[in-house]
Amino acid sequence: MTNKFLPWLVAAALGVAATAAQADTLADVKAKGFLQCGANTGLLGFGSPDDKGEWKGFDVDFCRAIAVAIFNDPTKVKFTPLTAKERFTALQSGEVDVLVRNTTWTLSRDSQMGLIFAGVNYYDGQGFMVRKSLGISSALELSGASVCVQTGTTTELNLADYFRANGMQFNPVVFEKSDEVVQAYDAGRCDAFTTDASGLYAERLKLTNPADHMVLPEIISKEPLGPVVRQGDDKWLTIVKWTHYVMLNAEEAGVTSANVEQMKTSDNPDIKRMLGTEGTFGEPMGLTNDWGANVIAKVGNYGEVFDRNVGPETPLGISRGLNALWTKGGLQYGPPVR
Amino acid sequence: MAVQNELGTDTSSGRVSPFYDPRIRGIVFQAALVIFVVVLVYIGASNAIENLQSQNIASGFGFLGNTAGFAISQTLIPYSVTSTYGDAFVVGLLNTLLVAAIGIVLATILGFIIGIARLSSNWLVAKVATAYVEIVRNLPLLLQLLFWYFAVVKSLPSPRESYGPLAGIYLNIRGLFMPKPVFGPGSWLFDAAIVVAIVAIVVIWRWASQRQAATGQQFPTLWTSLALFFGLPLFALVVTGFPVTFEMPELKGFNFTGGMRMEPEFVALLLGLVIYTASFIAEIVRAGIQAVSHGQTEAAGALGFRRGLTLRLVVIPQAMRVIIPPLTNQYLNLTKNSSLAVAIGYPDLVSVFAGTVLNQTGQAVEVIFITMLVYLTISLLTSAFMNWFNLRMALVER
Ligand SMILES: N[C@@H](CCC(=O)N[C@@H](CS)C(=O)NCC(=O)O)C(=O)O
Repeated sequence: MTNKFLPWLVAAALGVAATAAQADTLADVKAKGFLQCGANTGLLGFGSPDDKGEWKGFDVDFCRAIAVAIFNDPTKVKFTPLTAKERFTALQSGEVDVLVRNTTWTLSRDSQMGLIFAGVNYYDGQGFMVRKSLGISSALELSGASVCVQTGTTTELNLADYFRANGMQFNPVVFEKSDEVVQAYDAGRCDAFTTDASGLYAERLKLTNPADHMVLPEIISKEPLGPVVRQGDDKWLTIVKWTHYVMLNAEEAGVTSANVEQMKTSDNPDIKRMLGTEGTFGEPMGLTNDWGANVIAKVGNYGEVFDRNVGPETPLGISRGLNALWTKGGLQYGPPVR
Repeated sequence: MAVQNELGTDTSSGRVSPFYDPRIRGIVFQAALVIFVVVLVYIGASNAIENLQSQNIASGFGFLGNTAGFAISQTLIPYSVTSTYGDAFVVGLLNTLLVAAIGIVLATILGFIIGIARLSSNWLVAKVATAYVEIVRNLPLLLQLLFWYFAVVKSLPSPRESYGPLAGIYLNIRGLFMPKPVFGPGSWLFDAAIVVAIVAIVVIWRWASQRQAATGQQFPTLWTSLALFFGLPLFALVVTGFPVTFEMPELKGFNFTGGMRMEPEFVALLLGLVIYTASFIAEIVRAGIQAVSHGQTEAAGALGFRRGLTLRLVVIPQAMRVIIPPLTNQYLNLTKNSSLAVAIGYPDLVSVFAGTVLNQTGQAVEVIFITMLVYLTISLLTSAFMNWFNLRMALVER
């Protein structure tokens, strides 16, 4: 046994990938033949396997879009279900190539963990759900409440901040798995259940009697949720980032999965560049030039993905709100393809 | 070389060359192993640090002094949102120790009762005990914990409909609420009385057993101990004019405030661990008792001992030698199993430190290292204590 082998052995034991410096995730993914995506363990509308075991959801579709950008095939992606607590370690250690799991962009996650956020695919904020029978109408009336919350989330910290800032007492009941949080709340262990508003919409569907519960009006934090990658691989970061932007730009330009073929013949230079009929914007990224067109054709533009998974027509029934395009009063804004 | 010269010549004198001396060889190999392990650990650690740095992941133990910023439901030391990660670590550690210590005591009691019941000549008692062991031992602990948790939680009423069996005591889905004694000035005498009582009890036990060994005379140690334990502190209270007040739990808004509280998560975890571990302890106790030759029981019978006395004075003391070593394993298991707490929301070390703290700081390597070290230390201390106890039990036999 030479000591060339030893560090690897120990590094493996410690779960630390040994060669971060020369990381080329794109090449690794291409060599593997599929994208490994960190997903929710099960959050309806965002990332959960359906009754056929097929992964569905807003974040899941984002992973599929990346897979299409690389392979032109939305099935070339595998999902690793991760709890809030496991997710960063899984990404750091290289178990997943990208983490798309309603993860809030914060300074410490960007600076201390060797990770970097590739944008915001969903602008959110933290809210509270309570039983209607509790008879309260504001989160400020929650002093003394027991609150169910999932461990390893920004939720846990915001909750403490909010009660402290308002001089209120509370008793946290903390679980690792979201299912346990919801079950405990449903069983009456807690007066309130708190998480991102999007999560509240989704988890409410799992309650025995969704109609007995209501979401309080206060949104107590900013939760910009987005995909995350490892630091030190700018090429990969660019691909993830622009997958989101190209879907935004497509929505803005009116390009949808239905009309993308006709749009390829459009005279609009913006659309031509986006769909790869003009210029060579894909190659420098390590992709084909028509990658954008493929993403729109196989997954859809941002609005389509939103409406299909979480929009007003779905059981979640979320309106676009902050996630409307900037042209419609929202915050979603894709930089130009040029 | 010297070694080779001595090879053939030294056999007659009974001395072998150091090269073949098993003692020296042993030392050399052990030293080599120690060096190997140290080098391995060093390379591993420095490599890990280097990798963490090159990946821009914060490293080192400085984070322990940073503000934690999250709340914990059950804290044995003063802890607030503004406390540090280091404080959170202590809170989690104490919660683990609390549930493990109480769990070990209760599991031992329950395990002994069931183990003895399995050998009962009463058919029903023996079969019930057997059924208990077979069912509980063969179901995964995690399932049992979830079962108890949701059984406890679902069967309790909301705070407004609390059971209030006695004044000041309330039971509801938020926990068991009890009056909290608040000690005023002068209560040091009360504390002192408890200490004095405990010391006195130990002294009396020793004296009584020595006297019985020497003269055969018995002394009512149990009653004396109880009288001392409750009498002395009470006397201290009377003398100082009852410097104690009780803080009563009160229903305010959603919940009771004030008083002492036992969380349902704690109760469920304790229940699950005790019931599960007791089934293993019961088997150990049964095996230990059966390992004592039946002749001993018959001899005791011939001397006119009643069954209970035979068990207490003849069988169990001898069975203990067989029971203690595997019992130690169960104690270690219980302590380690308490880390399943996170599934039912009890804030133990794994939940608070290897859960929330790990996630908020992202320092997985350090946090897991500390956590492993803690469990290792607890386990080693437990086995050291049990080994000492085992030695004592072995010496007591005559
Ligand atoms: N955005 C927050 C919280 C995200 C989060 O984990 N939310 C829970 C709330 S329900 C969730 O999605 N759980 C589903 C799961 O664990 O799969 C963060 O990044 O810390």
